[in-house]
Amino acid sequence: MTSDDLTLALGDPERVHRREQSAVLRVNESDAEALTGDPENPEDDHRMILNMGPQHPSTHGVLRLMLEMEGETVLRSKPVIGYLHTGMEKTAEGLTYLQGPTNVTRMDYAAPLFSELAFSLTVEKLLGIEVPPRATWIRMLMCELNRISSHLLFQATNGMDLGAVSMMIYGWREREEVLRFFEKVTGLRMNHNYIRPGGVAADLHDGWRQDVRELLDMLPARLEEYDTLLTNQPIFQERLQGVGVLNPAEALALSATGPILRSTGYSWDLRRHAPYMFYDQVDFDVVVGTWGDCFDRYAIRQNEIRESLRIIEQILDLMPEGDYRVQNKKVTPPPRARIDESMEALIHHFKIFTEGFHVPQGEAYVAVESPRGELGCYIVSDGSPKPYRMHIRGPSFVNLQTLPHLMEGGLIADGVAVISSVDPIMGEVDR
Amino acid sequence: MTEENAAPPEETDQETVEEVDLGPMAYGVPVTESFGQTVLHPTPDQLIETATALQQDGFCMVIDVTVVDYLTHPGRTDLPSAVTPQRFEVVVALINHQQSTRIRLRVQAGNEQPTVPSLFDLFPGTEAMEREAWDLFGVTFTDHPDHSRILLPDDWEGHPLRKDHGMGDIPVQFSTTVGNR
Amino acid sequence: MPQIPILGNTQHIANDGLEGLDHNFVTARIEDLVKWSRARSCWPATFGLACCALEMMATGAAHYDLARYGMEVFRASPRQADLMIVAGRVSQKMAPILRQIYDQMMEPKWVISMGVCASSGGMFNNYAIVQGVDQIVPVDVYAPGCPPGPETLMHAILTLHENIQSGELTRRRDANQGGAAIDLPPLAPAANQSVTLGEKEGA
Repeated sequence: MTSDDLTLALGDPERVHRREQSAVLRVNESDAEALTGDPENPEDDHRMILNMGPQHPSTHGVLRLMLEMEGETVLRSKPVIGYLHTGMEKTAEGLTYLQGPTNVTRMDYAAPLFSELAFSLTVEKLLGIEVPPRATWIRMLMCELNRISSHLLFQATNGMDLGAVSMMIYGWREREEVLRFFEKVTGLRMNHNYIRPGGVAADLHDGWRQDVRELLDMLPARLEEYDTLLTNQPIFQERLQGVGVLNPAEALALSATGPILRSTGYSWDLRRHAPYMFYDQVDFDVVVGTWGDCFDRYAIRQNEIRESLRIIEQILDLMPEGDYRVQNKKVTPPPRARIDESMEALIHHFKIFTEGFHVPQGEAYVAVESPRGELGCYIVSDGSPKPYRMHIRGPSFVNLQTLPHLMEGGLIADGVAVISSVDPIMGEVDR
Repeated sequence: MTEENAAPPEETDQETVEEVDLGPMAYGVPVTESFGQTVLHPTPDQLIETATALQQDGFCMVIDVTVVDYLTHPGRTDLPSAVTPQRFEVVVALINHQQSTRIRLRVQAGNEQPTVPSLFDLFPGTEAMEREAWDLFGVTFTDHPDHSRILLPDDWEGHPLRKDHGMGDIPVQFSTTVGNR
Repeated sequence: MPQIPILGNTQHIANDGLEGLDHNFVTARIEDLVKWSRARSCWPATFGLACCALEMMATGAAHYDLARYGMEVFRASPRQADLMIVAGRVSQKMAPILRQIYDQMMEPKWVISMGVCASSGGMFNNYAIVQGVDQIVPVDVYAPGCPPGPETLMHAILTLHENIQSGELTRRRDANQGGAAIDLPPLAPAANQSVTLGEKEGA
């Protein structure tokens, strides 16, 4: 099919452009070989296909890119994914609703609590239960801390990818402090399985306020250090400003969410524009960029850490007393002490943990704002204790589509900055 | 994509309306409600038309495309009477940023050779999601620019998320003899 | 006599001559020296796959400081690495690549299987995940956990160091015909014939 035929078929020249001349390299591996030019032939355009990854230090795990290069310039590119495909959606069909969070938490391993949250909110919607206020506030506290640790991870790897290796050490230093708090609350540094349908797994420990207060006192000063080290540094600015530019219309068309969409100056944050949990009761700003370049995406994450700190500050005052999980016998196992006294409690406990609880038939989709964008969970229930189908809409997976458009026409060295600024977590891309 | 579509939503303090009250029919297709979320039920032939109309009404983004295989499901009760249940159902989630509303399309795609038209020309962001749906469920999206596998290797056989595809697990063997540990 | 850093003036060594053998020289077997140096400069390859990769990076960062064991230099090129830390679940699509990278590493090389997913498939017993990376490459140390904390990884590394230094691993490899099992194709017959320079075609 030639370009003219396509114009006839599709009518709109813009559509033809999208299909034919797009930044996306839509070829498979064997065809890609034919695109490589002949270096001996002076008539040839000397384009070549460069393979980057999946084992590459700056592809954030196992992302692989096929790049069509002309000299140092990237023309078209194709992200090749699936090297971490774990079949989690299939696994989820074999796990009860109570076991479900253990599965989804391993998707976005930089922000595991958000996957658990999306899953739990969906199950609660299907069950029609309302969790106690304290459980919701605990969830918000933990999620905002998780957003901080995830963005700190971004700052660390972004610095490392751009050659500022010392930034990696700094970013990790702060992340460690947040993880230490997580370990105290959930028992694990990552993959917590803490947010579960019906509430959270355990109440906050004694003295949690003190721990959070210490984090709140420490982090702003450390962020100042990042500003000194990176934000105001001419080399760093030179490396990021004007690199990988996206405009709002492109971002919307490509279904991009999170910092990528916001970097274009488009204010869209589910916490603000479609509030879930108690985000309508806290005061915070949605950080947006201006140019849609890598620097904006960096700066948005840097400032989102500050906004999260603001939210946490308010949560400290707003945290109510009460139950940390719903007192619904159907969903919540009886307390430990009751099991020793009552046979019924023991049986009940056993039933919940072996068979699981039944969820009424139906289907629902619930989305939360993860550090990478809209993280949605779609569950179809057939009335049994296991989900009939569980699907996670991973923000990284969709955001990765912007990569060819961001890299088009740039230098290969800028490509590394672009990949880093998209901040894909491959566990969530491949699931 | 026009400029007014690209304008960010105004900051309002209004309560989120997740539910859009459309009545029993809208955009020429049946409407149902599922846990407060609006669901439209177009046929594959109506899909492009419905999506175009929705796009003109401000649904600026396809947030998600996925498939459900209802092979072993005991029977759906939430479908309107006009819709014949079929094995494969393509689920498309759209979002309207101006009003912060969501609409879900459930398309009955067929039993044996599920086929739906691709939404790529309207929403280029569906490219990867539709490739994933093909890869894991074997649903064909006609007119898709790059209809190939995305997560699994190119030479993979079968579509693993179908209900008649096994888990593919390997039985775990527990040795009865005590090893030298 | 020259001034040598650390040792200072070395005149007395020359003065002592053979008389000073017992306090001026340390004797050891060269084999022990090799093992010691191998254990102390074990450079890992960056092979982060999933969740465990974050913990592996955390181990290398400031708080846990892998540099104490001479291991902070994560090499991007497998040619420069001695140790492959398989950090995370290995999918069917990734398996051939993992093997290729292992084959590109220079002997002697070691493998740590980090986390339950790499060791046995973990909770993902399904169509997509290889049930244990030891089906692809020979594993020397398994680190349990999901993900293993940095302490667990450091314990695995120290265990590996011990095994390298005791010669346990090389002994085991020798016994089972080299666990690395690199498959070299037999040399083509023409390669056995001597070639004189300038004789080759086109030269």
